[in-house]
Amino acid sequence: MSVASHSLSGALAGRASRTGTLFGRSPGRTEAMGKALTWLCGGALAFNLLLVIAILTLLAVNGLSYFWQRDLVELDLKDGRKVLGEIWEVEQAAKVKATATQGPEAAIDRIRMKIGNRDVSGLDFVWLDAKDVAARSRPAGVVMLERLEWGNFYGTMAELRRGGRVLASGPEAVWKAFGPLHEQKLRELAKIHDLEKGGIGDVNYEIERLRLAEKKLDLQKLPAAERSRRKAVLDAGLAERQAAYDKLASRLTALRERFSAETLVMRTADGQTKEMAVGTVLQALRPNAMGTLSKLRVYVGRVGELVSQDPRESNTEGGIFPAIFGTVMMVFLMSFAVAPLGVLAALYLREYARQGFLVRLVRIAVNNLAGVPSIVFGMFGLGFFVYLLGGSIDRLFFPESLPAPTFGTGGILWAALTLALLTVPVVIVAAEEGLAAVPRIVREGSLALGATKFETIRRVVVPAAAPGILTGMILAMARAAGEVAPLMIVGMVKLAPALPLDGKPPFLHLERKFMHLGFHIYDVGFQSPNVEATTPLVFATALLLIVVVTLMNLVAISLRNHLRRKYAGSAV
Amino acid sequence: MADTQTVTATAATAAATAAERDRAVRPQIDNPILRIEDLSLWYGEKKALNEISLEIPEKQITAFIGPSGCGKSTLLRCINRLNDLIDGVRIEGDIRFEDGSIFDPRLDINALRKRIGMVFQKSNPFPKSIYENVAYGCRIQGINKKRDLDEIVEKSLKSAALWDEVKDRLDESALGMSGGQQQRLCIARAIAVEPEVILLDEPCSALDPIATARIEELMQDLKTQYTQVIVTHNMQQASRVSDLTAFLYLGKLIEYGPTEKIFINPMKKQTEDYITGRFG
Ligand SMILES: Nc1ncnc2c1ncn2[C@@H]1O[C@H](COP(=O)(O)OP(=O)(O)O)[C@@H](O)[C@H]1O
Ligand SMILES: [Mg+2]
Repeated sequence: MSVASHSLSGALAGRASRTGTLFGRSPGRTEAMGKALTWLCGGALAFNLLLVIAILTLLAVNGLSYFWQRDLVELDLKDGRKVLGEIWEVEQAAKVKATATQGPEAAIDRIRMKIGNRDVSGLDFVWLDAKDVAARSRPAGVVMLERLEWGNFYGTMAELRRGGRVLASGPEAVWKAFGPLHEQKLRELAKIHDLEKGGIGDVNYEIERLRLAEKKLDLQKLPAAERSRRKAVLDAGLAERQAAYDKLASRLTALRERFSAETLVMRTADGQTKEMAVGTVLQALRPNAMGTLSKLRVYVGRVGELVSQDPRESNTEGGIFPAIFGTVMMVFLMSFAVAPLGVLAALYLREYARQGFLVRLVRIAVNNLAGVPSIVFGMFGLGFFVYLLGGSIDRLFFPESLPAPTFGTGGILWAALTLALLTVPVVIVAAEEGLAAVPRIVREGSLALGATKFETIRRVVVPAAAPGILTGMILAMARAAGEVAPLMIVGMVKLAPALPLDGKPPFLHLERKFMHLGFHIYDVGFQSPNVEATTPLVFATALLLIVVVTLMNLVAISLRNHLRRKYAGSAV
Repeated sequence: MADTQTVTATAATAAATAAERDRAVRPQIDNPILRIEDLSLWYGEKKALNEISLEIPEKQITAFIGPSGCGKSTLLRCINRLNDLIDGVRIEGDIRFEDGSIFDPRLDINALRKRIGMVFQKSNPFPKSIYENVAYGCRIQGINKKRDLDEIVEKSLKSAALWDEVKDRLDESALGMSGGQQQRLCIARAIAVEPEVILLDEPCSALDPIATARIEELMQDLKTQYTQVIVTHNMQQASRVSDLTAFLYLGKLIEYGPTEKIFINPMKKQTEDYITGRFG
């Protein structure tokens, strides 16, 4: 389009200067430059797009392949050892050096293999030289176990035992018996979880509550009679809860005992055996005997597990649901805080303040606020929100739990408020632009009908500026969802014991610490004990972060478009 | 500030000599609803209106004509005090509406604007549905009952000759209407609050001839109920629609009288020149 307009303006200029040369004129120098500029601009855009696509592809390829169950390969090495596992990559290593020492043919392929069995061999991965491999095979009977602890296990099934008794032995017999038994164990595991998180958790919560109430009673100045009466009530409650707890605990012990009654004996490729409780196995697969369809089912199941389950093994395994939840909830809280803050500030600056030097100064300050490094906001959040505000709240409302802080330590509320401060300039700028775009004549139309200035702003100006304000919110949310540094000091943690939203009153626990996808990426990728194994998980998490941010933005964008359509009629 | 205005206004009235007053030709008006008395207005240092006095009769159409920039809109916007919003405006003189000064400090300016409605040069529907546009003034006045609003909206849209065109899409955005429809919607919106006076500032300047004709027709229909003051720089329009015409030039009232008289037999040379198209 811009090419067309260039040549058109060129033609018109030509006609203005030399009448009668509209056709058959050779293209001038400016026209050629115009074309070159068009190509340059187009090229820059294409380059940017290419980079974005490259990033997304990198994340997608690395992240999504993580969940695909590869075949298990058994390698017979020349020195007689056997290795069983998944081949992760084959690398042409040290080619140049090899030719120098061993002649022209000897490019050395190196194989990176995931061998699992961390409890037996100590390492998840090995590097092997391809020239050391004598034979490779894909035995159908080998089994891969996903376990609660120690990562995957690769090997063959040897025996199934209950107490000292052998239930089944030999790979096929054990595989057959394992299936139904495992299902039963998983049900038992779910029951244990329910008891731990539900029953016992509830009783613990109650006990803690009563204990705090008792402490609070001590802090209050009450007549002795009244105090001892109340104390007796609390004590009775405590005793009751304690009894309930003991009962539940003994039930749990019984369940645990039954749960670990059966054990599975596995044999590794090089003949070692390992006994483990059947219940600690999450999933048993025979990848080499699986068709594409069943592999696909496993794939979908694993993706589902990732987005819905709690992490295990210090975040290197299991799901990342708490991190997703924490990210989304923190951004939501941030939005609730930043929207009124930004819009009210913009309203004052644009509608009420006398436009002059001072307002210009404030505007410049606001714009520059957006450029302050985010960690500075984090420090401000720590100093102001956490220590000052949170500390005061604790002294006023939660003296019974001191010295353990309630709000006086990092939490999701403080994190959200810190990010709200960080993103408020974006909202102010966008909202001001939106307000400025509402024509004066529309405001006068409202005033001429007898509306006050406030009514005009509330009923006409703000609704008309709503799409612009939402644009600001979208930018703010995108920025907030990707911000990690300031959160590290105001409440984001590697592993949060509970979600900030749950079934226990008051349901919304704003003081709780939370997990975050951005931090999760850093933690899993660079702080975990098993970085090699978790690298694909990092990619998958990064991809998920992008998906979450995109989804949140899409919601906001569709809301904005809805408003635009509603207000703008056929114009947009 | 308004206090000193009234004081200076009376002082000015007393001081004005008969000779000065006769500078503009003015007719005798029997039933004035609005009396503009020696009104002057400054935008900062610039004097945009110069001692204008004229009376506007009830339930008639009065037209302000004159070349662009002569102060027609400024004068019109004084009547509902819309100029108050502009920084640096200073007003002397008075406008009397039903025997009270509209510059009286005790006057509720929003109540005044409810009684003196306005239609602007460019149609300015709110970014809301057609229904909500018409209901806006009523909602401001605290009328929120659906049944009452339905009735008012229908009546106003019928009065503005718009009902048949929009009755099936009242919930659609007003910004999706054509220019002529939008302007009639603005008229409907103005009459929904049942004002006594409607000010129209070049209501047809952005419309095609057919839409213009419809608005002019509408103005005739509304004449039975409302006093209308229209600003136009289209002389044909003034001669077609108005009963009285005031000719302004450089912030001064040059001549004011029955429309036929102004157009057929003007008293002043300047008026004649303008009407015959020699300038402006
Ligand atoms: N808001 C304003 N600030 C300063 N001067 C203004 C303003 N509005 C109008 N004027 C000036 O006042 C004079 C009269 O303007 P206006 O009443 O709009 O003229 P008309 O409507 O007859 O074309 C013009 O010279 C114009 O430049
Ligand atoms: Mg004008």
